[in-house]
Amino acid sequence: MRRIPVLLGMLSLTCTVAAADSAGGWVSLPGGVFRSALELPDAPDGTRIPAFELARTPVTNREFLDFVRSHPRWRRDRVPAVLAESRYLAHWAGPAELGSTALPEQPVTWVSWFAAEAYCRSQNARLPTWNEWEYAAAADALRRDARSDPAWRETILAWYSRPSTQPLPAVGADSANAYGLRDLHGLVWEWVEDYSALLVSADNREQGAADSLEFCGAAALSTSDRDNYAVLMRVAMLSSLEGAGATANLGFRCARSP
Amino acid sequence: MMRPACITTCLAIAAVCALPDTTYAVEAALPSDSVYQLDAMLVDQSARPLRFRDLRGKPRLVTMIYTQCKYVCPMIVDCVKALERELTPAERLRIGFVLISMDPKRDTPAALQEVMTTRHLNPAAWTLLRPDAAGLRGIAGVLGVRYRALADGEFNHTTELVLLDADGRILARSALIGGRADPGLLAAVRAALSP
Repeated sequence: MRRIPVLLGMLSLTCTVAAADSAGGWVSLPGGVFRSALELPDAPDGTRIPAFELARTPVTNREFLDFVRSHPRWRRDRVPAVLAESRYLAHWAGPAELGSTALPEQPVTWVSWFAAEAYCRSQNARLPTWNEWEYAAAADALRRDARSDPAWRETILAWYSRPSTQPLPAVGADSANAYGLRDLHGLVWEWVEDYSALLVSADNREQGAADSLEFCGAAALSTSDRDNYAVLMRVAMLSSLEGAGATANLGFRCARSP
Repeated sequence: MMRPACITTCLAIAAVCALPDTTYAVEAALPSDSVYQLDAMLVDQSARPLRFRDLRGKPRLVTMIYTQCKYVCPMIVDCVKALERELTPAERLRIGFVLISMDPKRDTPAALQEVMTTRHLNPAAWTLLRPDAAGLRGIAGVLGVRYRALADGEFNHTTELVLLDADGRILARSALIGGRADPGLLAAVRAALSP
């Protein structure tokens, strides 16, 4: 909530209603045709997104600890280096212990894509695709697609400009968006299933893709919506990561198909 | 070459997996930085199922393709074949060439077999694989390959030739493609095959 104060005053009703089921659980999203802020030359009229379910909140330390205890291969002292870098869960007090720097209801961070994917699979779920994530995250508290509203964009951008030295708040404290989802903006970055489909590389930014054979086909993505910095920052961040990578502000939530 | 080794390994793993307490012994034997740590199932061009880690046992040059690809992917195969031609007969017996499909929907074992036939790939050295949809992104992840399926059925993808040692550790990689073998990669292959 404190991350998006602008919405608070005008949306107290939404907040009150949604607070009843604040943390955990699944939210059903209807299918639809969605135009990404990314320019997709192969889908100029938008991408059809089938109906899916998305976790209401990001996965917490507590939930991930349960997973690590029941799937010891994913303990930080046992996980193969190829699946998680050395900083994986490094902020926990022990391999199967949270401690004071990883509170139970904070979103889990310092997790690799492989670990996030394995967690979701253990829940009979999967990571959301980028399209699904962007589709869900286009909503504000009242509208399913608020992206054209400059005020909404400013609100989101304000989060990105804040220093990340503060401890992360608990999940679910944010007000719900029009679908009932929380924390899509303002808490952590989130892994998506196809993180490595976002073909934006330093090579392309520096040299242009036309002469490079590194990318087969239509080369790197560009944006059709230069004002949507929040989305572009996510894409730039995801495109810079390896699957074994982990950062202090990168968590995840799961999705599933009905 | 590949097939008897694979069958033996599969049977060995099947036998070990029947005893839950010893499954970790199999995994623990792999180096921590081996790409074969990834749990993924595939089928080869003969529709034979195998685990990703069944590729363990000899150095392999691995890359990802899709068979419908008209332009760059045939060049990738050309590139690997060019490298194969540079090797001595003895060296060729000790390496495997692995093409993994990023298009499991269309790259059936029959489609993979057709590539084997039309490109005259020696089945003793070459293995074409279709991953399970669930394991595809993970395999690309450990190999450092990025790809995106396009609406028209084509793919955007990075081209990586990845040289693995017998235990699945990455020894070298090359993004070069063309009719000639990448000299640096060839040198790395030779080094990996030297007794």
